Amino acid sequence: MASVTYDHVTKKFSGETTAVNDLSLQVHDGEFMILVGPSGCGKSTALRMLAGLEDVTDGDIKIGDRVVNEVPARERDIAMVFQSYALYPHMSVYDNMAFGLKMRGTPRSEIEGKVKDAAGILGLEKLLQRKPRQLSGGQRQRVALGRAIVRDPQVFLLDEPLSNLDAALRVETRINLQKLHQRLGSTFIYVTHDQVEAMTMGDRIAVMKEGVLQQVAPPRELYDHPVNMYVAGFIGSPRMNFIPVTLDGKTAKASGFSVEFSSAPGIEKGVLGIRPEDFDEQPREGGPRIDMKVEVVEVLGSDQFVYGKVGGDDVIARVDPQFKVTPGDTMKLGLNMRRLHLFDAETEKALN
Amino acid sequence: MSVAAAADRPGTAATAARFSPQWIAGRLSGVVLHLAVIGLTVAWMVPTIGILFTSFRPFTAINSSGWWLALSPPFQFTLDNYSKVLSTSNLGHSFFNSFMISIPATIIPVAIAAFAAYAFAWMKFPFRDWIFLAIVGVLAIPLQLSFVPVLSFFVAHGITPSALPPGLQYLPVWLAHTGYGLPFSIYLLANFFRALPSELFESAEIDGAGTLTVFFRIVLPLSVPALASLVIFQFLWIWNDLLVALIYVGGQPEVAPLTVTLANLTNSYGQGYHLLTAAAFFSMFVPLIVFLSLQRYFVRGILAGSVKG
Repeated sequence: MASVTYDHVTKKFSGETTAVNDLSLQVHDGEFMILVGPSGCGKSTALRMLAGLEDVTDGDIKIGDRVVNEVPARERDIAMVFQSYALYPHMSVYDNMAFGLKMRGTPRSEIEGKVKDAAGILGLEKLLQRKPRQLSGGQRQRVALGRAIVRDPQVFLLDEPLSNLDAALRVETRINLQKLHQRLGSTFIYVTHDQVEAMTMGDRIAVMKEGVLQQVAPPRELYDHPVNMYVAGFIGSPRMNFIPVTLDGKTAKASGFSVEFSSAPGIEKGVLGIRPEDFDEQPREGGPRIDMKVEVVEVLGSDQFVYGKVGGDDVIARVDPQFKVTPGDTMKLGLNMRRLHLFDAETEKALN
Repeated sequence: MSVAAAADRPGTAATAARFSPQWIAGRLSGVVLHLAVIGLTVAWMVPTIGILFTSFRPFTAINSSGWWLALSPPFQFTLDNYSKVLSTSNLGHSFFNSFMISIPATIIPVAIAAFAAYAFAWMKFPFRDWIFLAIVGVLAIPLQLSFVPVLSFFVAHGITPSALPPGLQYLPVWLAHTGYGLPFSIYLLANFFRALPSELFESAEIDGAGTLTVFFRIVLPLSVPALASLVIFQFLWIWNDLLVALIYVGGQPEVAPLTVTLANLTNSYGQGYHLLTAAAFFSMFVPLIVFLSLQRYFVRGILAGSVKG
């Protein structure tokens, strides 16, 4: 177990492409850290540099107190679960899991014990003699995990380990992974493009975009206090409504309504960020009232999403599923003023 | 591939109504396909079958009638040709020589090529692609071009059957076949190795395996189909090779392989080709056995289950 530190790490590929740009990130000992972002944002490259599969162009990567830039992958004492699982096709499940220990010269009896233990945790006892091609996708995924567990590494690296599983299995595995993390207490670094995985599993989430780290925070804080429009839009489903406003002192004027802030934000052009659930189908006395022309209604049982127009802007609101509304209606919405986000239209940064 | 095609055909025939134009067309195309395949096979086999029958017929019968008449009475079959050819010429010893040449001359280049191909496919070193290109480019040079310089080099350095101690007398052919076999072997194996998923190598590296361990524990076991086909190619080519053997050890009966002895048989026996047919059949056994025993390693889908679900 160990902490991991990225200290101003940059990765450039053959000349011009910058995959990771000046990344500084501290992962605490025993933490479940999620790197999240769309494909091509540099999250996998960051992970692969830590694993020793890519060279670092600039900056330092530390595992514990040791700078590992020049340490070969096999001496870093990390384990990695690949998106494709990368099981050795010609070896049995047992041999796949034992391979790393054999390479380190662990005595045979000890290997057997460790593999049996890991197989027990993952429910693979009956599959130990099978070859990977005789396993289902979920079983292969567990073997890949088992291969990492038996090594008892300082850091677990997981590169989109759930993306090849079907939806139901993904939910189940997500929960099992969290249990596993609690049980092992090791440092996990987990790369994903899926915000649900990020929100549900991470102790903290690092959001990346085009090689640049945007924000690192626990899920709740990331959701409630995104530092910029990118993070605000990336986390949350359906995504946050962005409504351009012009500001005049404390008043923000949108195309269909205006709101009053308690203090002047000090900018002229801004973007109002409103999460769908922060609309209220029963406007409170004295609060802002918004007229929304309803276009589409989606009832999901636990939720009801209303799509429509407020002035010239498209808006999504989440309302009580019991609330009766049909397309064509004009709906009166209130606003939860305390949960309003305001961004500078130019810098896209959040203002408080 | 062939299984899928075979499964398709009855399917299409079944969907079209019986005796409809599509149904007839489907049936006909199947028949035509089969006829073509069978016809080609037969045409290809006729000379071999002719030699087979001839090799079992007495000399007088061969001279008086075509081999196909052997199928009608009176039946005249004999093993004389085989016993004569085995006793009168030193076929037995040539047979042994062929093995002594073919086996090392197969193993050496394939082994070297496997190492080289691994380096070309997965290791980083300066000018890698240019060196690879040069090796593949050598394939275009006809091997006859190399006879004189290589042979004079061998002679100058005492690498000739007469100068070498017994047992090592095959060295010139081993070296020659290694040189001639390497470019193609490297090319074939490098392409195969390159197609292995890179995550396997990365995973093994993280698991603590060094370059050699990865090669022996991951690459080689996964490359059995490629290695098997390469071994078959190389072995058959060497076993049937006359030219290279003739140039580098020719004229030395104690090291000459089967092909050289067979070629001499025609000269010394003139039109007595009844012996030649028996000898030729004798030499065909080994390639057949090699091919049939190794062909089961041409299993596709050996990588199934390594990546993706």
